[in-house]
Amino acid sequence: MSTKLYNIAHSRAGDKGNTLILSLIPYDEKNYELLCKLVTVDKVKEHFKEIIHGPIVRYELPNISALQFVCQQALAGGVTTSLVMDTHGKTLSYALLEMCIELPGG
Amino acid sequence: MKQKYKVRIGCGAGFSGDRLEPAVILAEKGDLDYLVLECLAERTIALAQKRKATDPTQGYDPLLERRIESLLPLLKKNKIRLITNMGAANPVAAADKIIGIAKKMGISIKVAAVTGDDVLVHIRGDEIAMETGNPISWSGQLVSANAYLGADAILPALQTGADIIITGRVADPSLFVAPLVHAFGWSLDDADMIAKGTVIGHLMECAGQITGGYFADPITKPVENMSTLGHPFADVYPDGRAMIGKIDGTGGTITLATAKEQLLYEVTNPYQYMTPDVSADFTTVYLEQNGKDRIAVTGGGGSKKPSTLKVSIGYKAGFTGEGEITYAGANALERARLAGETIQQRLNTQFPGLRVDYIGHTSVHPHSLANNYKPYEVRLRVTGKAATADEAAIIGQEVEALYTNGPAGGGGVRKYLNEIIGIVSILIDRNKTTSSVIVKSYEHQTL
Repeated sequence: MSTKLYNIAHSRAGDKGNTLILSLIPYDEKNYELLCKLVTVDKVKEHFKEIIHGPIVRYELPNISALQFVCQQALAGGVTTSLVMDTHGKTLSYALLEMCIELPGG
Repeated sequence: MKQKYKVRIGCGAGFSGDRLEPAVILAEKGDLDYLVLECLAERTIALAQKRKATDPTQGYDPLLERRIESLLPLLKKNKIRLITNMGAANPVAAADKIIGIAKKMGISIKVAAVTGDDVLVHIRGDEIAMETGNPISWSGQLVSANAYLGADAILPALQTGADIIITGRVADPSLFVAPLVHAFGWSLDDADMIAKGTVIGHLMECAGQITGGYFADPITKPVENMSTLGHPFADVYPDGRAMIGKIDGTGGTITLATAKEQLLYEVTNPYQYMTPDVSADFTTVYLEQNGKDRIAVTGGGGSKKPSTLKVSIGYKAGFTGEGEITYAGANALERARLAGETIQQRLNTQFPGLRVDYIGHTSVHPHSLANNYKPYEVRLRVTGKAATADEAAIIGQEVEALYTNGPAGGGGVRKYLNEIIGIVSILIDRNKTTSSVIVKSYEHQTL
């Protein structure tokens, strides 16, 4: 069965200069391993190909059952001088949650 | 000094424009030892430098007067010490302002201003910006340079016994680390303890972001009573453990989920969260729900503080002009696109980076996510940069001219014009900064 990340996880976006930071936190900690397996750097890169132009690093935090994606060259130059609407990229947490994944066991 | 068994710190504001009353509720009912107001974003200080340049008695937070007036009697009555970065570009003028308010209200007060973050005089211009890899002077005319000071700069202010400690640029978590070091006698070189304090500070510094505010989603993450959202306090123990909570009866919620979102917020490397005080490891932090709206924080460690400090450099980056107009009903998107293309044809040569957005369709998320979605209403937004305000204003004027020149049915034009202050960062040797404390007092004479 395919589902949006929105249905099983939540996310908050943060910014540092031109770097976008996205957390991905499953509602049920039992789904942490599943997210580790399915939400890979390549998948995030493909999902955000129109927005993220630099490398992406994924950090795993088993202590709080959460993932953190640190994405460079993602905010059109950064908060202070960019012409985009959402200069901080704050709405992009919900762009990540639009990603569809295949849940095991049909 | 007698060591305390527990210290309670509240965070009453998480950014410059934050609501006023959550801090008042914390001061009134929170049984606090310290109240922190974090009011200084990266660019806020550069804008404050501009105000200081035109008037040397200005340059502190625009809401300082209202916040202090609402808090002063409660701080005094409940013996709460206030720590805030509302000094922005001018902590000494902010201290004078607070003394003035105290006089008017007839309240005795001692204020300590922390200075030394303003390092503009040390800047040569050939320093390499971390963001661009180029000399900072290439970015534009420099207007401000403020180093992120740490807990070591705030500590001497606490030692003066002042009721209010007012700073300029300091790292946000340091506003919390300093009172913990002061109360518990932790060594600033004890990286593990300072890291634990930094974790607590990081969880607290955005106020309503940990109490369910910015967390809320009515479908998947419902939060009750958002309009009376409470701000957090932390009970911290001498061994660095903490319990985060909020005042009973306030809106919002504190859960594992709200705490996890905040722990990771803006963290570019969870193994090394760098502040002027420490490099903190967030991968060893543990969170546990401990009753309604209570989260226990344990673990966390760190390694030695960096030998450099980050400096935010503000520079003049010209002006932006912006215009918006809305289309609705049948083929709203097609008409908005025709309008956008019309403006592009007219302005592309003059404004090479001109940007056209379709609000309600693709203005914030990538086009690939908006597939096949036909909005009922679309707001066209056109924006571009120019060297002068007059030139930037042309963009709004052009959008407004769509009223008669079409396409059909456009309405609700708004025009905006803004000066841009850009920010780049450099690192400087921390020994190049010298912080100092200036104390101002007012003794109320009762007749």
